[in-house]
Amino acid sequence: MRLELQHLTKRYGDHTVIDDITATLDFPHVLALLGPSGGGKSTLLRLIGGLESPEAGSITVDHEPVPASGKSLRAYRGNIGTVFQSWNLFPHLDALANIMLPLTAVHGRTPDEARSRAEELLERLHLQGHGHKRPAELSGGQRQRVAIARAVAIRPKLLLFDEPTSALDPEMTAEVLEVIADLKSEGRTFILVTHAMNFARTVADQIAFLADGRMAEHGPAGEFFAAPETESARRFLAKVLRY
Amino acid sequence: MTRHHTINAVISVLLGAALLAAVCFAILQALSWNWSGVWAYREVFWRGWLNTIWISAAALVLSVLLGLLAALGRRAPYPALRWLATGYVELIRGTPLLVQLLILFYVVADAVGLQNRYTAGIVILAVFSGAYIAEMIRAGIESIGKSQLESARAIGLTRWQTYRHVIFPQAIRHVMPPLAGQAASIIKDSSLLSILGISEFTLAAQQVNSATYSTLESYLPLAIGYLALTLPVSILARYLEHKFRYET
Repeated sequence: MRLELQHLTKRYGDHTVIDDITATLDFPHVLALLGPSGGGKSTLLRLIGGLESPEAGSITVDHEPVPASGKSLRAYRGNIGTVFQSWNLFPHLDALANIMLPLTAVHGRTPDEARSRAEELLERLHLQGHGHKRPAELSGGQRQRVAIARAVAIRPKLLLFDEPTSALDPEMTAEVLEVIADLKSEGRTFILVTHAMNFARTVADQIAFLADGRMAEHGPAGEFFAAPETESARRFLAKVLRY
Repeated sequence: MTRHHTINAVISVLLGAALLAAVCFAILQALSWNWSGVWAYREVFWRGWLNTIWISAAALVLSVLLGLLAALGRRAPYPALRWLATGYVELIRGTPLLVQLLILFYVVADAVGLQNRYTAGIVILAVFSGAYIAEMIRAGIESIGKSQLESARAIGLTRWQTYRHVIFPQAIRHVMPPLAGQAASIIKDSSLLSILGISEFTLAAQQVNSATYSTLESYLPLAIGYLALTLPVSILARYLEHKFRYET
């Protein structure tokens, strides 16, 4: 997959979160966005997902520009699977209904098709027997796996993970990372924002390092972790990998 | 300390004496009450009471529709609609029902040729109550967390689909308890329609009063008749509040 950013800029009021980023990123399957908090990783992910619109510049995904507004933007969002930090499931719907909703409401599947797809995914994510539970009755790790099932169910061309394990304890983190690693071996393409450095090292093909709203460097994961080019990346890695 | 006790004791005795006097007075009054005059007019009470029920019910249905429209209007993507809805809600909530009744009935209803006073009364009551219901519905909608709306956007739902699948099913839990309370308010507020000559419960009691010259005997059943309607509704509101609080 090829992700191209052209003079991409995003501001919130006076605060420039993404500061004129121009970059071309090629990755076979997995791109990880790393960097210190407040560096612009999540904002970049949201811009790629069409959930925010930039003040200036453009994004293309496999040579197709991310639409700016209207129906085409909604259709674009509908074909991308997004998983948020705090799962964001609908609390009034059970796990099955949460997975089925985008299939029936956005992708025109019949309820029967949607149900069998949802059941298949629940089983694959080791959630059989939990289909009729509401989010409040599930553990954090189970919720996040349901959220992943909802994102995967639509067969998205691209999956986005925004710190998918930040709100989870270590055991649940392991559950969820395992599922994400499985997605890679199934050949899915995704972009991941994470603070789990060791996970990024094993799962990512390509790393983009963001600090202060700029893309300080990007390159193959092996090279980045072995020998970061920039001082800020070196300092960041030294800090997070020390313990 | 002892002084404090003495004062308390004196106050208690005085209050007790006052209460006793009031009870004695009421009994003396009751002995001279004349129920036979009022009893002859029981049909009038009954019809007025029934009118109050259906007028309130009609006003409730209409006001929920108005409230829903106004709540959606305040969240509409078009500024003109937002101003219209906000103007309606603030104008109505900022003025007394009595004033609205007089203006809307004698000026507006007259101007638009609305002749039937019952229809006019119901519409005015619904316009009044709709402004309050709009705020309840708006609060219900706003109780849905931002992260859920974000999720709805992320999976590609349209605005209408977001309302239908995400917002309404959850907002209704928040709206039902205060809405039941508002139903009780409508029943009580409908008494003001008597000034328009609509023969609901209060006007019926007034008519009986002027025909029989019995004040308490006319107005005591009036109070009891309203309580008979509002108490069950209040209990329902309490029940809904309890139910929805523990079911999330």
